[in-house]
Amino acid sequence: MVDSPSPTQRANGTQKIGVNDSPSTPPAERHVNRATTGSTTAVDPELLSRAQAGDHQAFAQVYSLHKRRIYSLCLRMVGNVAEAEDLTQEAFLQLHRKIATFRGDSAFSTWLHRLAINVVLMQLRKKGLSLISLDEAMEPTADDSPSRSFGAPDLALSGAVDRLVLERAVAELPAGYRLIFILHDVEGFEHNEIAAMLDCSIGNSKSQLHKARLKLRDALRAQSREGARL
Amino acid sequence: MTSDPGKMSCAEFQAQLPDVIGSGVDANAHPHLKNCELCRALLADLETIAEAARQLFPGVEPPDEVWEHIESAIKKGD
Repeated sequence: MVDSPSPTQRANGTQKIGVNDSPSTPPAERHVNRATTGSTTAVDPELLSRAQAGDHQAFAQVYSLHKRRIYSLCLRMVGNVAEAEDLTQEAFLQLHRKIATFRGDSAFSTWLHRLAINVVLMQLRKKGLSLISLDEAMEPTADDSPSRSFGAPDLALSGAVDRLVLERAVAELPAGYRLIFILHDVEGFEHNEIAAMLDCSIGNSKSQLHKARLKLRDALRAQSREGARL
Repeated sequence: MTSDPGKMSCAEFQAQLPDVIGSGVDANAHPHLKNCELCRALLADLETIAEAARQLFPGVEPPDEVWEHIESAIKKGD
């Protein structure tokens, strides 16, 4: 029988705050889960080993440590609570099936995010959105590219950006741009981590993030002009 | 492409932006920006967006039912 202590109550006690997840950090210290506030949380290597060996309580603790970030990522990507819950469930079930194969070549949180991202992208594909694979996520169509504005008389965004307007603009980004923007600017992952998650180069991650921000600028300025007309 | 940063075209400057932003280098100090209002406005906008992004989509906990479903599926051998 599987014990079922509430994972909510077990999240504390195994977290390490402030662990550096740079590539030079030893693998044992690279099991990092950064909270949305920018702090970091590491999975205890021993806990991970127990989860890999089939210890259900250890797996429940791993879930507790990562549930917030994975669920938030799913919700940010699909914008629907029920769907995000299903995707979180599927991501952790896949984790349960595959956790024994994790060898520590990358940070555990990077590996788990990659797994969750694939679950999300699969769902977007099922929904018929214009996104087939990670490769396509990284190479949006020409129609999706941000506009260039060299030499044109330009209107700068005025002051602070309205959060809700920006959230709407992010939700309307092509999925590939949305993913990079959320991972870097919202969740705070570094380009080297994103490159590992998406199996792309660091340069590609930087370039796609830049295009995502340009797209958002286009959308916000369009909204601003719209507001000025009314 | 010009080798003098101060004589760069907007296209050349903007092509460098993905690498410059977030590199730790102060992009606002770039010589091209001294005389280019267009690129100054672009950089200010991109910085505003990146700054605002930190406040977006506050992280949330999944409801307890998600774990219950996961646990139930594990018990069933899914």
